[in-house]
Parts: sequence; C-alpha cells; structure tokens
Amino acid sequence: MKLKYFSAPYLVWMAVFIAVPLLMIVYFAFTTDDGKLTMKYISDVGQYANIFVRSIWLSLIATAVCLVIAYPVAFILSRMDKHKQGTMLMIVMLPMWMNFLLRTYAWMTLLGNNGIINHIFNMLGFESVKLINTSGAVVLGMVYNYLPFMILPLYSVMEKIDKSLLEASADLGCSSFSSLVRVIIPLSMPGITSGITMVFVPAISTFIISRMLGGGSNLLIGDLIEMQFLGNAYNPHLGASISLVLMVIILVIMTVMNQFDPEEQVLM
Amino acid sequence: MKKLGKIYLILVLLFLYVPIFVLIVFSFNETKSRSVFSGFTLDWYKRLFHNRIIISSLVNTIIIAVLASVISTVLGTLASIGIYHMKKVPKAIVMNITNMPIINPEIVTGVSLMLLFVFFSARMNLEFGFTTLLIAHITFDVPYVILNVMPKFAQMNPHIFEAAQDLGCSPVKAFRKVILPEIMPGVISGFLMSFTYSLDDFVISYFTSGSTSQTLPITIYSMTRRKVSPEINALSTLIFIAVVIILIVKNAVETRTARKNNSGGGE
Repeated sequence: MKLKYFSAPYLVWMAVFIAVPLLMIVYFAFTTDDGKLTMKYISDVGQYANIFVRSIWLSLIATAVCLVIAYPVAFILSRMDKHKQGTMLMIVMLPMWMNFLLRTYAWMTLLGNNGIINHIFNMLGFESVKLINTSGAVVLGMVYNYLPFMILPLYSVMEKIDKSLLEASADLGCSSFSSLVRVIIPLSMPGITSGITMVFVPAISTFIISRMLGGGSNLLIGDLIEMQFLGNAYNPHLGASISLVLMVIILVIMTVMNQFDPEEQVLM
Repeated sequence: MKKLGKIYLILVLLFLYVPIFVLIVFSFNETKSRSVFSGFTLDWYKRLFHNRIIISSLVNTIIIAVLASVISTVLGTLASIGIYHMKKVPKAIVMNITNMPIINPEIVTGVSLMLLFVFFSARMNLEFGFTTLLIAHITFDVPYVILNVMPKFAQMNPHIFEAAQDLGCSPVKAFRKVILPEIMPGVISGFLMSFTYSLDDFVISYFTSGSTSQTLPITIYSMTRRKVSPEINALSTLIFIAVVIILIVKNAVETRTARKNNSGGGE
C-alpha cells in the first residue's frame, strides 16, 4: 500500500471546501445572476474607495502602535530568567483566550457615554468626552485585541538572540542604542514581519470592532462585505468582488513583507 | 534600566487586564449601570443559568468543537502522512491550498463557504445549520492539524516504516507501532489547537450557521447588539475563571512532564 493514498479523503475535502469556495468568489465577482461575464461589480468596488482607504489607514495605525508597544515587551520578556519567562508569557497571552467579542464588549462599556471613563472625567470636574463611535475607539479596539499577536512572534525570535552577542557589541563600543539598531532589530526582523502580518490581516478585515466601537460612521471593508451577504443590501456579486480586492491587497502586503524577511517565512 | 522595564511591563499588563477586571466587577453590580457600583448581587449569575438560549448554544458549541476537532485530527493526520510522501510539485500545490484558510482573512473563508452552501442548498436538501457549521469548522481546523503534524515527519527517520514491515509488521501494525508514536506530540497539539479555534470562532460560524444552530460566540454577539445586560459580564467572568484554571493546569502538567523527563534520564 502506498502511503501517499492516505491523503485521499483530505484531498477531496480540500478541493470541495477550500478550493471550490475560493473559485466561487472569483466566479461571482465576474458574473451576473444569469452567469454572463461582467466587470460591473469589480468596477463598482471603486465607489467604496473611501472605505478601503479608511480600513487600510486605521489598520496601519493599529499595526504600528502594536509594534511600538510590543517590541519592548518582547525584549524585556526575552531577557528575563528562563523559569520566569514561561509564566510571564502566559500572563501576557491569557487575555487572548477570552473570546474577542467579550474583549471588545469590555471596551464598549468602558468607553460608552455613560461608561466608567466618562464617569471619572465627570468626577474630576471635566465635561464628558465622546469616546465611543470614533475612529480612535476602533484603533484602540484593534490594538487591544491584536497586541498579543505582535508580542508572540517578536518574543519567539528575540528569545533565540544570544546574550553574548549583546555583550560583544557592548564590548566593541556600541551604545545600547546602536546595539539595538545594529544587532537586535536586524536579528528580530523575521518576528517583526510576521507580527505585522498577524496584526494587519485581521485588523483590515474586521467588522466586529468597527461595529461595536465605531458606531455606524466608521465602516470598514469587513462591514461592507458583511452587508452584501447578511445585510439588507444582499448582493453576493458585489460582496465577492470586494472580498477579491481585499485578498489582493493582503497578498500585496504579504509580498512586500516577504522582501524584508531573509527567510521568507511570514507565517508563524 | 531594569526598573524602567518592570514599570513598562506593568503598564502594558494593566492595559490588557483592567478592561477584563472592570467587566468582572460589574457582573456583581446590583443595577445595570456600567459606571457606578451600587451594591453586591449574584442575580446576573442566576439569570445566566436560567437563560435557555445561552445554555443550549454552549452545549452546541462544545458538541461542534469536539466533533470538528476529532474529525479534523483524523483527517489531518492521514493527510499529513500522504502529503509527506508526495512528489515535490503536488506537495507544494496541496500545501499552498491548505494554507489558504490560515492566510486568508476569516471573513473571506466564511463568505466563500457561505457561497458554496447557498449553491448546495438551492440544488440539494442542505439547510444552513448544524451540518454547515460542522463542515465549516472542520475546514478551518484541518490546516492547523496538518501544520502541527507535518514537521514531525520531517524529524522522523523515513526508513523506520519499511524496517518495521521488513521485520514482520503488517502495514497497519507498523503504522501503529512506529509512525504514530513519533508523530503523537504533533497530533495532540494539532487537536488542541483546532479544539480551541472551534470553541472560539465567531466570524466563520456567523456566515455559515443560519438561524437554527447557534454557537456561544454568536449568542454573545446578538446579546451585545441588543440591550446591555450584565449577564454578559457574568458570562465573561465565568469564561475568564475557566481559562485561568485551564492554563494553570496546563502549565502544571507541562512542568511536571519536563521534570520527569529530566530526572528519569529522558527517552
């Protein structure tokens, strides 16, 4: 018996439930209801350029903020005593195990007009501030939800950086800043690129965070897709076109990221 | 410098934990206010346990997660054996398609499966519900199993399977006695990963569940859409406690096995 036949059941499954559905997206994007070829829906996506720009912009900001916050965290973790590292990493990752709807809901109650933050403002004698239903709230939600996705890959590369390399660069006259720029950052590049993809991809395609924290005025690509499939605007052809464009954007970003990564391994 | 690092770490941890703790504190609040704590009560927990929709969607979530992860573990382990023994080009093609659900945004996977199910439901007797949900979960689970099992084959001596057969094992016995023990750690981590992904998934379930079969995340979503109710806070508290217990147990088991391996001289 040949071992390669073991994969037959999965190959069928993969063809029917992974390959065919993706081909259906392509098919729906380029056809009308009667199955005629059309470019109408793809060109209609252009009408939503502002939503695309907003999604890319907000998720880029969120990714940058995550990188800035996570980089020192990962470094500090990686330089701790070995037996402490495991526990600390667990504490950092623990909130990730809560469902992200609940995590987003937590911010909904904090930022709300009658929420605790505004309550504290009032007690200190300030006016209430509109916190929820702003684009800032959406970015905050993205950072909060996806920060551990940035910390984890950064930590796993930094943990492998040999302590003696840092000592050597210090011995050879590097200040701690130039050690950072010339030794730590280049060596942690694979972690940076995979962290960026792991935050950017879910951030640009989310529809929950924008809906729960952004109100109706901060629609993202994800909301647009969801509305075409489950909303009142039911139009799977347009929805498929938008999904296709989203996939292309992500593909471009990942190709760009791969250029920075010497090992060309963006995923995990 | 070290002190500064500690302060920074504490600040980040506060950012991660304060929202969850506020959620927990207000699950014991007497009124529905989200900013003033007016008195202690366990009412929201009582209500939660009497909420049929939540209980039934919890049961549903667990059934689907167990079924999906068991089926994907079997399917994915068999697949890994086959894929590992494929020629280079077919192997690359299969691995690229397998990675699609991992690389693609969840919403695209969800929407693509929805298109397929709509197509089937129009032509065959397939209704959105338990079946579509289970198929969707298996579909996004299997790639994670393959991702965990494949590297174990790369570490394994490729000839031990043939050697076992030369020494008189039937192929099934050779598989059980030789291959399975080698890949077992990957199989287990693949199973656990797909189980947790299934428990936690919202986006793909949202597009493939229809209205008859709901999972807990979908119920939570519809609760947050309607009126604010501290029942969600109570539910969050229980989930948080469950997560903490599971992680502590996991940590304890891992340190224990690590210690055992060290003192017992390993293999």
